[in-house]
Amino acid sequence: MIAVIDYGVGNLFSLVSSLRFLELDCIVTNKKEDLLRAERIILPGVGAFGDAMAKLRESGLEDTVKELAGAKPLLGICLGMQILFDKSYEHGEHKGLGLIPGTVAPLAADIGPALKVPHMGWNRLEIVRDDQIFKYFTNGEWVYYVHSFYAKNCTENILGVSEYGVMVTGLVCSGSGKVYGMQFHPEKSGNAGLRLLRAFAEI
Amino acid sequence: MHVRRIIPCLDIKDGRVVKGVNFVDFRDAGDPVECAKAYQDAGADEIVFLDISATSEGRDTVACLVSKVAEQLSVPFSVGGGIRTVNDMSAILDAGADKVSLNSAAVKNPSLISEGAEAFGSQRIIVAIDAKQKAEGGWEVYTAGGNNATGLDAVEWAMKAERLGAGEILLTSMDKDGTKSGYDLELTAEISSKVKIPVIASGGAGTYEHFYDVLTKGKASAVLAASLFHFNEISIPKLKEYLQKRGILVSK
Repeated sequence: MIAVIDYGVGNLFSLVSSLRFLELDCIVTNKKEDLLRAERIILPGVGAFGDAMAKLRESGLEDTVKELAGAKPLLGICLGMQILFDKSYEHGEHKGLGLIPGTVAPLAADIGPALKVPHMGWNRLEIVRDDQIFKYFTNGEWVYYVHSFYAKNCTENILGVSEYGVMVTGLVCSGSGKVYGMQFHPEKSGNAGLRLLRAFAEI
Repeated sequence: MHVRRIIPCLDIKDGRVVKGVNFVDFRDAGDPVECAKAYQDAGADEIVFLDISATSEGRDTVACLVSKVAEQLSVPFSVGGGIRTVNDMSAILDAGADKVSLNSAAVKNPSLISEGAEAFGSQRIIVAIDAKQKAEGGWEVYTAGGNNATGLDAVEWAMKAERLGAGEILLTSMDKDGTKSGYDLELTAEISSKVKIPVIASGGAGTYEHFYDVLTKGKASAVLAASLFHFNEISIPKLKEYLQKRGILVSK
């Protein structure tokens, strides 16, 4: 069973629809006991970094997520991926979960003036390092992004990137091999996204 | 890669697609879910639903429709029309829409943009602007489906919407809408160069070249069209092939 953490941040409907479409057993929950008994955990999120961390803390699940992170597969999506890192510079400086080394910084500062922010739309995900998450994915398939900040200083953990004025960290995995993060939205990335979710469900 | 987006727009009235979509054989050409899925299969990068219901009963059907669409669709979609409050936004977004677009209500009450951005994230708030050329130059914002002149300058309003937290601008040229004579390149380029957020160009598409022009000279990040796609005058796969040949990056 996959537990999708509901901490008041984000669009859970599409994600849950995708998991159900894949016939994966899932629950949407904010209860510690559900995370404990789940085989896998998904941490979604849209919005602002500081706000998301505050809400995760308020939900009382921050420590549980940290504890379980090495024990069972965890997938952070979009902002849920960003908060896996050490810290973010989105509106000030905020501490993240620290499950993957790296920082989250504004795209606008690094991509030059010609490109729009948010990075919104489809982009090719180029595989940097092969991994079981790519079991059903072909190098260069299209995925859907919406974000204004991106993870950097995390080279060793990068599995996939997309070019948008800079190499945008698209898919990451922790040293333990248990914590994954996707900057793009697999639940909005058509078939390719569904196949990444399927692979996650088999890890 | 600045990959441009091709976005069909479906007008919805009382839960049904107005005029229907005829580019493939449908069991039910007025069913929003079927139409959206057909567009997804044709390679649409996103889908826009515009609710033009005149009554609150008509609008009530939308939230319920959104869930059905969200269950079936694996590309992003937005919903606009008649959204007046944070609660309205919440109902649509919680039902599974990726974005909402605000138009008249945001002009009346600009703080709605910031409240929405704060509650749901900027990337989920589109500000739709209907603009019409002024005799003395520049463009004026119209609301209520183009019925009310607001006195607002369209370029300034777009910049203000960005400051308030809009994640995207959906810009419709009222002069060009329905003419098939091409997008308003000047208007689109002017607004796109004044804001950092993406601009979706709308109104006036009639030929393949019109799309190319607004993505190059018009500096648009995305293009929207309705009847042109619905009646298969231009198909999305062929449009993408054309743009790709001319050096515009598109997906798939």
